[in-house]
Amino acid sequence: MLMDVDLSGFVREGDDGARRIDFAIDGMTCAACIPEIENALKKIPGVAQARVNYSNSRLALGWKNDELDPAVAVEKLRVMGYVAHPFELAEAESRDAEQARYLMRCLAVAGFAAMNVMLLSVSVWAGNISDITPETRDMFHWVSALIALPAAAFAGRPFFTSALGALRRRSLNMDVPISLGITLALGMSVVETARHAPAAYFDSALMLIFFLLCGRYLEQAMRQRTRAVAGNVAALRSPLATRIAADGALVQTPTARIEAGDLVLVRPGERAPVDGRVVSGASEVDESIVTGETAHRRIGVGDEIYAGVMNFSGALQVRARAAGAGGFLDEIERLLEGAASARSRYVGIAERASKIYAPVVHLTALATAAGWLLLGASVHDAVVTAIAVLIITCPCALALAVPAVHVVTSGALFRSGVLLNGGHAVERLAEVDTIVFDKTGTLTLPEPRVANADEFPADLVEIAARLARSSRHPLARALAQQSPAGAPYDDAREEAGAGVAATVEDVEARVGSAAFCGVDPGDIAASGASTICFRHGAAVAVFEVHQALRPDAVDVLSTLRAQGYSVEIISGDSQAATEAVAKRLGIADWRGGARPSDKVARLETLKAQGRKTLMVGDGFNDAPALAAAYVSLSPVTAADVAQAAADAVFLGDRLAPVRRALEVSRLARKLMRENLTIAVVYNAIAVPLAIAGHVTPLIAAIAMSGSSLIVTLNALRAGRDAVIERADAADRDVRDLRGPTVSDERSGSRSRAAA
Amino acid sequence: MTILLFLVPIALMLGLTGLAAFVWSLRAGQYEDLDGAASRVLFDDDVDAQQR
Repeated sequence: MLMDVDLSGFVREGDDGARRIDFAIDGMTCAACIPEIENALKKIPGVAQARVNYSNSRLALGWKNDELDPAVAVEKLRVMGYVAHPFELAEAESRDAEQARYLMRCLAVAGFAAMNVMLLSVSVWAGNISDITPETRDMFHWVSALIALPAAAFAGRPFFTSALGALRRRSLNMDVPISLGITLALGMSVVETARHAPAAYFDSALMLIFFLLCGRYLEQAMRQRTRAVAGNVAALRSPLATRIAADGALVQTPTARIEAGDLVLVRPGERAPVDGRVVSGASEVDESIVTGETAHRRIGVGDEIYAGVMNFSGALQVRARAAGAGGFLDEIERLLEGAASARSRYVGIAERASKIYAPVVHLTALATAAGWLLLGASVHDAVVTAIAVLIITCPCALALAVPAVHVVTSGALFRSGVLLNGGHAVERLAEVDTIVFDKTGTLTLPEPRVANADEFPADLVEIAARLARSSRHPLARALAQQSPAGAPYDDAREEAGAGVAATVEDVEARVGSAAFCGVDPGDIAASGASTICFRHGAAVAVFEVHQALRPDAVDVLSTLRAQGYSVEIISGDSQAATEAVAKRLGIADWRGGARPSDKVARLETLKAQGRKTLMVGDGFNDAPALAAAYVSLSPVTAADVAQAAADAVFLGDRLAPVRRALEVSRLARKLMRENLTIAVVYNAIAVPLAIAGHVTPLIAAIAMSGSSLIVTLNALRAGRDAVIERADAADRDVRDLRGPTVSDERSGSRSRAAA
Repeated sequence: MTILLFLVPIALMLGLTGLAAFVWSLRAGQYEDLDGAASRVLFDDDVDAQQR
């Protein structure tokens, strides 16, 4: 069936008729894809620009006026084996990119100024112990001031604005002592230069700005990279929905463009793109992503259907509805509102440190000035010494201690397939002592798998899998997974609601329902699992399809328990189904048939017992629990609401990233504490020197850059043993979503060459 | 030491030139796709165009 694709909502119009659309591209496995895609698209008449961004797997396509229908490009890419998803740059992402460019400009200016001033400072230091004339020294100082003052005014803005913001809110953050230190260092240097003094602190102020901006920029760049991948994943996850236009025509429309009241067609094997009410058709649906329940439900006209629900047997017409107008949705939303507020009260380790640090530093400086005055020093000397204390305690190392670890840690997590949603998740993950798993879609794979394939000869299974490839039915798709590379048969024909048939080795092969394959229904064991039958001549097979555990679930859970975590399962699925999984994983503590409110209640109980709980879940029904938990993770296949409520999302078919996230976070917390200790030790040595009045600009430069470097190098240890968790072949589909930046096979040959 | 009156401004001008070049390359989007740029240098599509 040929259908129109409506991409108009994603096209951006520029000056003089220039149009542009952005796509997230799935299937770019190596750099050779860049020219292949660009050259192929440039051959399409009307294309003015086709530029692939390989770092984040995106494509920008430009043309003029109405010279091109972007759907043509999508089709061309599809034929070549790439999937292009229209993409709208999220506001948060473009804001991040803008902020990163701003920090980079500041960093460039600070770097330039610091280098040139240091050149002059080294001359002065060398001259002071040899034969520099006071006139030359003054000139050098004035040149330094000429460079340093405008540079600091430009490059220091990120700190000044943040400090002013904090002061306006009548609170203190790390940027307050930083800004104060920079301003005083520059001010005092200008005054000292005017007095022909032999020392000035221009270089210290600029170096401080430079180091701190490095930390800020890297943090921003890491956040931007994570957000880009998360944006791609979101685009790839949201497929086109089939909208039924007023004249009855079927139009492929991006899900985001479906509005309340639109009529949508959901065919068997598709997931419902939106929440709505069935207006025609009847079917069986798998609602496990919503309720966690694996048993199928029969639905018909007038029934509610939720986004993400898998349609099994019949085509449905659904009237889309605005979010939050139904019973179950309302319950989730109400629970979410209650749960989200608790989380925001968490205060990160860096904030706690700065709350103590700033007042202590300022009081020390004040006490120094007062002390020297009492001892009979001149006002000038007392003030200069006090300012030296402020400069030396300007929390360079302290301000880098925690962010540097954050950057390295989120990089390590990124490489093992964990995308952090918000700040502080690492610190909270490190404190976890209890882990609560959802069952369906979290411990088990989101898609069902064939359970008994090894009971039949391999060649038989191969034929069945290739035949099943021609059907979109969910059971057939599970069967097709048995031969991931198998090509479908050319003469395969599907009989709606029955199965697929084709001639294989001169004998007809059939896959489908028991009646279609001529299998006696009595032969099918009443195990409760869904079955799909296969006949090839006289050979017959009955495949059982059900939810399979993630390949490493048993391993990961036993490791977690061995590491001392208390692990439990709480599922919306039936008691029997939950018990079976709990038994296989050896978990004694499980609850089945839990409503979303039961899950939240359980987490509250654990919290009241003083436990710090990690919730891992994927369903719509898990969202409130994910928000209520101390910290939460969800798989990339999770419902949108669940992903939004979770602190981090993990990619792939395996549970290993959960274990990895906990390990990396614990290491990160250890390093943060070490770094804070280093910063304190540095101050314990430097501050008495400054109070005694022995700090020269040279000592300040060495001490400040030295402590910053030690702290940064220590932070790098968090990423040192980051191992890329290798995923098996079944994992490939999800792995492609990660894009080439994290794929470990970028230099490999194109696996799709056969296509 | 009058040579410094020439050398210091020259050093500063050189530094500023470098800074300006960097800011220009940043604005021109040369840091948007570092992985892609690393590979693009190896493509020989421009050679093909000359031979044709």
